[in-house]
Amino acid sequence: MATFNLNINGKSQSVDVDPNTPILWVLRDQLDLVGTKYGCGIAQCGSCTVIMDGNAVRSCSIPVSAAEGTKITTIEGLSENGDHPVQKAWMEHDVPQCGYCQAGQIMSAVALLESNPNPSDTDIDNAMNGNICRCGTYVRIKKAIKTAAKS
Amino acid sequence: MTIVKTKLNRRSFLKASALAGGGLMLSFSWLAGCKPSPKEVALGLPDEWFELNAFIKIGENGAVTLYNPNPEFGQNVKTSMPMILAEELDVDWKNVWVEQADFYPERYGRQFTGGSQSIRQGWQPLRTAGATARAMLVAAAAQTWKVPGNEITTEPGFLIHQASGKKAGYGELASLAATLPVPEEVELKDKKDFKIIGTSKKNVEVNKIITGKPLFTIDYNKEGMLVAMIEHAPAFGMRLKSFDAAEAKAMPGIKEVFSFKVHLDEYEHNFFDTTTHYEMIAIVGNTTWEVMQAKKKLKAEWEIAPEKSIMQSGFGGNASKVKIPAGLESTEGHRARMEEFSKKPGNILRRDGDPEAAFKKASKILERTYNAPYLAHNCMEPVTCYAHVTADRAELYGPIQAPEVISNTLSARLGLPKDKIQINLARMGGGFGQRAYGHHLVEAAVISKQVGAPIKMVYTREDDMTYGIYRPTYTATYRAALDENNNLLALHVKAGGIPETPIAPNRFPAGALDNYLAEGWEIESNITIGAFRAPRSNFIASAEQSFLDELAEEMGKDPIEFRLDLLKRAKENPVGSRNDYDPERYAGVLELVREKSNWGQNQPGIHRGVSAYFCHNSYVAEVLDLRMEGNKPIVENVVAAVDCGIVVNPDAAANMGEGAIVDGIGNAFFGELPFKDGVPQKNNFNTYRMIRMPEAPKNIDVHFVKNDIDPTGLGEPLFPPIFAAVSNALYQATGRRLYNQPFMKELESGITRM
Ligand code: FES
Ligand code: FES
Repeated sequence: MATFNLNINGKSQSVDVDPNTPILWVLRDQLDLVGTKYGCGIAQCGSCTVIMDGNAVRSCSIPVSAAEGTKITTIEGLSENGDHPVQKAWMEHDVPQCGYCQAGQIMSAVALLESNPNPSDTDIDNAMNGNICRCGTYVRIKKAIKTAAKS
Repeated sequence: MTIVKTKLNRRSFLKASALAGGGLMLSFSWLAGCKPSPKEVALGLPDEWFELNAFIKIGENGAVTLYNPNPEFGQNVKTSMPMILAEELDVDWKNVWVEQADFYPERYGRQFTGGSQSIRQGWQPLRTAGATARAMLVAAAAQTWKVPGNEITTEPGFLIHQASGKKAGYGELASLAATLPVPEEVELKDKKDFKIIGTSKKNVEVNKIITGKPLFTIDYNKEGMLVAMIEHAPAFGMRLKSFDAAEAKAMPGIKEVFSFKVHLDEYEHNFFDTTTHYEMIAIVGNTTWEVMQAKKKLKAEWEIAPEKSIMQSGFGGNASKVKIPAGLESTEGHRARMEEFSKKPGNILRRDGDPEAAFKKASKILERTYNAPYLAHNCMEPVTCYAHVTADRAELYGPIQAPEVISNTLSARLGLPKDKIQINLARMGGGFGQRAYGHHLVEAAVISKQVGAPIKMVYTREDDMTYGIYRPTYTATYRAALDENNNLLALHVKAGGIPETPIAPNRFPAGALDNYLAEGWEIESNITIGAFRAPRSNFIASAEQSFLDELAEEMGKDPIEFRLDLLKRAKENPVGSRNDYDPERYAGVLELVREKSNWGQNQPGIHRGVSAYFCHNSYVAEVLDLRMEGNKPIVENVVAAVDCGIVVNPDAAANMGEGAIVDGIGNAFFGELPFKDGVPQKNNFNTYRMIRMPEAPKNIDVHFVKNDIDPTGLGEPLFPPIFAAVSNALYQATGRRLYNQPFMKELESGITRM
């Protein structure tokens, strides 16, 4: 066990956990931020995607010990009321089915648009390739990303 | 105008009772969060709720809460079922909020998600519930205003008496309405007057989903709750021999490690009680990560399980003995046995005319065999369940499509009467049929009982992918007899699988052919299987529709024209009397897809495949366009035509259709779960390939046939036909017919096994 000082959604938080604990489980079990989901635990599905210093990362595969000194944004920190442009585009296209993957999809999309405000179809495909949607909402996700890019 | 009786079935669940302060139904209100949603704030929470029936309560301020009776797993019933209530109740959708009903069949009747039946079977009860509540509000207004009820009209949320100019909001009369007797009969709206049904409404949960609010079982938390994980046998055909828990138990945060039996010995299984692992090890501790670490330290020994038989009821009851054979099975061995069974005579499922004689006199016979592997459901949310079991009651919260069935199982396993078992219905992170099988509720309950604390059980992805309840592996051989002029004389299908045949013998093309023979066979196995989005149809459609494509080519016909010819025959002069499809509606979707896809106008570099199928009472035809980038197919476009009767929520219905198409393309390209010595050869997404965005179609258009037939299935019917649309398009692109799923593997292998 060790104490780690984290910056999550602009707030300083300290947690006392095993240094190997992935950020995902610190968020979910210690900080009660359950929007970030577990899907595979091996960086293959993207359900656990958060933004760390501007990059979309798989929080299931990064230990909390590597998180100190970074700024992490989770789905809960994107906006107060769901009015981030990407969230609004998601609503406009009524993207979700079961919804389980969508926090991860949104975080990947946000990171993409922050670094590339006008992505091509190929840019979108590449950026979103790490996020599985078992319900198959890809066509809508892509449309929503394009809508968000325009706003 | 239709008059219906309000007593819909043996349960008269429209009984009203005044409900003060929201009580009763809000027993599980953590989902709503402590903070009311922005919509709830805008509408204003009422001081008092009045329950008009189980589905509807109205506040004194006019706020309306509608209850979605069925489990939600992404098919969006939580929006579309309340839309039906709102339509007949005549309220403004903007002023409605929706809650998930707990499992309470005495109040809600059928609470089951599966077989694409929610809207079809909920249609009449929900319309009746809405109309009944409206009638009671009208009666309350009539009584208050002392005017005849038939002079009162409604406009959304308001009661109006034109002659006297009186007008009141529903909220003002709800308290009186709730005390009035339920009318014996009510009038339903004319379909042409629908204002909500048929207009697109956003998913009522979309805000919570995109802001990451706790919605799923895995998100659930409660004071004192522990986390549990399980360890199951590594292979089908194995069972627990012994284990050493010392090291696991010594790990930080671990409370208990023990083995447990899922069912008691001699237990008579319910229909959805499919269980792979009868004994498991539970690891219980404080946090998920700690339990995961301890799980790795477990030292368990497994042994070959002997043959076993269980008593199991069929879908409608009637228990029979089911044998679970011994042995460690492999895909190689499955193939050999399936080949052997394909050659032997099967059970005759349907026989029209004299097919044997027709084959004898044929001048040409086309014979093709199609194969498909086991598939894992891979719901995005791994198996999980919350349970709190005490000496005299059990409370569960979990992803479950069939709560009624599992409540019986829980009652038997826990020794508690059903009314002491509360099952709350979680939003599921996918289900696809697999969550109809509620073993996880039993496992969680047994673990909770043993540790004497509330627990949340979570499977790792590896546990989830390897525990069973898969889509079976299948084989189908199709034969067609042609005369010297290429006229079709007879069709013969023989199909089977492990452990079931995929044939629906009374479906198209049965009924369109003078000579038709359908045979089935099955091979038993200890690898457990279960419903997977359009069970059986999802394979047999792929084989049948690929074969019809090849047959049309052989006969020199356009593939759509060929199907339409057969359907014309089935309509005008059907063979046999048990055909379970309507040839006209079937032809209708083919005609619509032909028009919408501009069939016949080929674009350079684009290769098209068509396919159609009828299942879950609905008709679907699909055209898929792809182009090749080297050896890689890129799906450009899919056009679907669907006849599922009235569409309640068109945009959400299209979303569901798009999802089924993407799901089907993914499984057609990549889906496969092989076995070796009983061990599933894939256990996570690094080896089990799922479709990802670059492989999904660039565009999908779903067109619905417009009619006013009562709604039929939608979640499944778009799935089965897409497999053959893929293979038929790949044939156009590569000149190679593909007979073995997953197609990308066959395409890359260069070897065709026929
Ligand atoms: S849970 Fe992290 S990528 Fe799947
Ligand atoms: S919406 Fe269900 S997994 Fe993406």
